[in-house]
Amino acid sequence: MNTMPDIATTPAIEIRGLRKSFGPTEVLKGIDLTANEGEVISILGSSGSGKSTMLRCINMLETPDAGAIVVAGEKIAMKTDGKGKATIVDRRQVQRIRSELGMVFQSFNLWSHKTVIENIIEAPIHVQNRSKAEAIAEAEVLLEKVGIADKRNHYPAHLSGGQQQRAAIARALAMRPKVMLFDEPTSALDPELVGEVLRVMRSLADEGRTMLVVTHEMGFARDVSNRVIFLHQGAIEEQGHPGEMFTNAQSERFRKFISG
Amino acid sequence: MDIAFLYETFVTLISAIPLTLQLAATSVALGAVLALGLAVCRLSGIWPLDWFARGYIFIFRGTPLLVQIFLIYYGLGQFREVRRSAFWFILRDPYWCAIIALMLCTAAYSAEIIRGGLQAVPHGQIEAARACGMSRFMVFRRIILPLAIRQALPAYSNEIISMVKATSLASIITIMEVTGVAAKIISETYRAIEVFVVAGAIYLAINFILTRVVALIEYRLSPHLRQAPALPAVAAGEMR
Repeated sequence: MNTMPDIATTPAIEIRGLRKSFGPTEVLKGIDLTANEGEVISILGSSGSGKSTMLRCINMLETPDAGAIVVAGEKIAMKTDGKGKATIVDRRQVQRIRSELGMVFQSFNLWSHKTVIENIIEAPIHVQNRSKAEAIAEAEVLLEKVGIADKRNHYPAHLSGGQQQRAAIARALAMRPKVMLFDEPTSALDPELVGEVLRVMRSLADEGRTMLVVTHEMGFARDVSNRVIFLHQGAIEEQGHPGEMFTNAQSERFRKFISG
Repeated sequence: MDIAFLYETFVTLISAIPLTLQLAATSVALGAVLALGLAVCRLSGIWPLDWFARGYIFIFRGTPLLVQIFLIYYGLGQFREVRRSAFWFILRDPYWCAIIALMLCTAAYSAEIIRGGLQAVPHGQIEAARACGMSRFMVFRRIILPLAIRQALPAYSNEIISMVKATSLASIITIMEVTGVAAKIISETYRAIEVFVVAGAIYLAINFILTRVVALIEYRLSPHLRQAPALPAVAAGEMR
């Protein structure tokens, strides 16, 4: 795998002409985005710019109205029903693709009735049909990696926000995902807990994982990502290398956005 | 107080306890399955199913259980079609008529309890399950239902208790459960107070054990709602 030149690989994720409205509000107005393997893309934008919706369309937690989502070369089959509403053609395809995308939510969304380790092994065992012993062994490695091995048998309610989010990252990683999607992973955390989650995310970036990160953490966007996307009112206003973007942005709005 | 008579009555009534428990357990178990179906219908978003469940709940919650028992036991037998149907061997048996009436009635109440439990499941946890690639059914079985049961159990224990007591109505259609046997003793002895005090005490004892059992189940199912074992690192972290 490593001997293959990067250019020859298919993009990890391709978004073409993505549109989505909620009622009369058009949240996404035709987004095109390609994420190559190993890329870490930070998606910035003020609230209501559509960044979370865009991320949620990738694994079909929101059904786009129009456009195409291609994950590792496989297009998610969509059709338009009689009323002109876009729907999923094959639920199983979507389920399979979801299992290949690790999703981390703003509010962690750990299953509250399961311990940390049970949260992590749930989907590997029941969705991917892996053996329990194997899933547990892998979960333990992941817990070590996110630094909460001692919290293995705790319930989510007994963990701090930062620990819960790290457990949620371990849960997503346990599926051996091709791409990690982060939906404002640190926005619900107390300021002093943000660092521990960002450190884990940075270590994932260093491993060469493909990551799409919707975030308000400018430090992460600038220092860790390879590319920054700035969304404004449902369209990509500007994108580029973070070094360029943060020092020499073309968009007046983006300059204002980063200056706070 | 005639202790000897009380003891004698107690011993006689004890022999009827298995039937009372059997009526309650069977109807609650079958009713729970029916209730889950009704609750799912209510939440399905498919209007014929939703309205069927609404209508069912309206009728069975809105009419007395005793009337339902009479309608099923005496009422259905009036129809020749019923008497000639394959179900007649069940519907002519007072035991099964009682079970059916109790089941249908508890299902209506339980459906609403279960619906409340299902609706209380946090949306984010469902979304996390979908995001892992679980099918709808698996999300329901692995995440929604276990959480809903935990939510619904305290309210559901009420329903189980009231069903244990409701089995006494079966005595009206000749079933010799605790109340049936008690009524028979009274008709022979005319000592209503003693007999009903003993019968009442038996129901009290059953429900006492029942509430303990449900509380134990609740305890076992909800370690996540209790304080963490050993002083949690969370608190220690906050103190720093």
